[in-house]
Amino acid sequence: MKLITAIVKPFKLDDVKDALKAAGVQGITVSEVRGFGRQGGHSETYRGAEYKIDFVPKVRLELVVDDSAVDGVVNAIKAAASTGKIGDGKIWVTGIDRIVRIRTGEEGSDAI
Amino acid sequence: MDSGSLAWVLVSAALVLFMTPGLAFFYGGMDRSRNVLNMLMMNFYCVLIVPIVWVAVGYSLSQVPFENDFIGGFDSFFLKDITVAGDGSTLAIVAFLGMFAAITPALISGAVADRMKFSAWAIFVPVWSLLVYVPVFKWVYGGWLGQRGSLDFAGGTAIHVNAGIAALAAVMVLGKRKGGAQPPHSMPLVMIGTGILWFGWFGFNAGSALAANGQAAQAFMNTFLAAAAAGLAWVIVEWLRDGHPTNLGAASGIVAGLVAITPAAGYVSGPAPIFIGLAAGVVCCYAVRLKSKFGYDDALDVVGVHFVGGIVGSLLIGFFANPSFFEGSFDEGIFYGGGAGLLLEQALANGAAIVWSFVLTFAIMVALKKTIGVRVSEEEESTGLDLSEHGETAYRGLA
Repeated sequence: MKLITAIVKPFKLDDVKDALKAAGVQGITVSEVRGFGRQGGHSETYRGAEYKIDFVPKVRLELVVDDSAVDGVVNAIKAAASTGKIGDGKIWVTGIDRIVRIRTGEEGSDAI
Repeated sequence: MDSGSLAWVLVSAALVLFMTPGLAFFYGGMDRSRNVLNMLMMNFYCVLIVPIVWVAVGYSLSQVPFENDFIGGFDSFFLKDITVAGDGSTLAIVAFLGMFAAITPALISGAVADRMKFSAWAIFVPVWSLLVYVPVFKWVYGGWLGQRGSLDFAGGTAIHVNAGIAALAAVMVLGKRKGGAQPPHSMPLVMIGTGILWFGWFGFNAGSALAANGQAAQAFMNTFLAAAAAGLAWVIVEWLRDGHPTNLGAASGIVAGLVAITPAAGYVSGPAPIFIGLAAGVVCCYAVRLKSKFGYDDALDVVGVHFVGGIVGSLLIGFFANPSFFEGSFDEGIFYGGGAGLLLEQALANGAAIVWSFVLTFAIMVALKKTIGVRVSEEEESTGLDLSEHGETAYRGLA
């Protein structure tokens, strides 16, 4: 089982969600984050004073999938989240040791 | 007072009261999210404590008897002998003036944002009201400055220049914020506050005619035009200078224009309010940068907008005062056939107010600093005053 974490542009969230549903993914968790990579921030001027805003708002998606589904899901996210412009984001895959469904107590693949 | 005028004064009193919450949001939105409740509380507190101080001794010391040169007395302690006999107009006027007394110290809150102990603020407000606001108000209205012929229709000198220079004195004692300047946390709140301020200001200025008459109507018109012109001027200047027309610029310009027209509202006519507004918008747009040149941390630009805007409007009366339009008995401004006499009286009146306000405010702040202290600790400043001073959180992420 693998945890897939993706950082994407906020306005791409709906496209990514639709692509994941089409790929058969049943659940994702989303959080609002800020960050920067190669995409710089921007500046805002208030009453003549300039403020450098380094962090850019992004959305983080997290989802757990069976090993066999990883490539398909990663490709689906990549295709849906891409604009071709700097700041599109990143996807990384990490292993998870254990997963439990809280309501039923199921574990492992049954809990995905 | 005829019934129309009494009704107008009562409505104006309510409009001016509304300005203190308006100011609270205007400043609060500009402040950091971790301190917004502290800013709101500093402002709301003014309408809690000052009305009581005002009816107890403030009104009496500032207006009774009216003709005293420097200070009144205690004849109207707790409004003794002021009843509803007659038409109740005195009661209405006391209430109306009390709203001005409440908002004046509130103006200072914007300068001391993010680092002042609320316990110190709680003592500062009533003390400042009695030692600074009341005497200056007395001098301008019925006292030695007013008797010399200087003009201040609704409180440009008595309120904005007064509070503006007091803000400078306060931040000189308080010191700079550790975290420096931050962008506004909620521009929508700023704009709500600005709208409320403009709305209430019609009561502030037009209500100061203390009558439902032509002067009130012209004061209303002046308030309308000066705010619009100043907002426009500020936005255009910053668009050209900094690259974008901003909401904060529009809001700041509007307030600068309202401040500038405050002393002049019942004395100028025709295109004068537009010129006054344009002047305030342009001058204040540059004046807010003075704080970085001189190194004082006036967090939300009370000095640049209220002090400078008040001076601009107050001195321009020396040029634009038009008594014949109002069938009034005040002096003409330079553009209407008068000499420099009125301008000189305006300068003197503001000078006197500035000296008194600056020195006394500085002294009050130093006294507070040496006794209970005026600043929160560094850790409290970092975590935020909403939590340290009020035990509250403005924006609870996951309720």
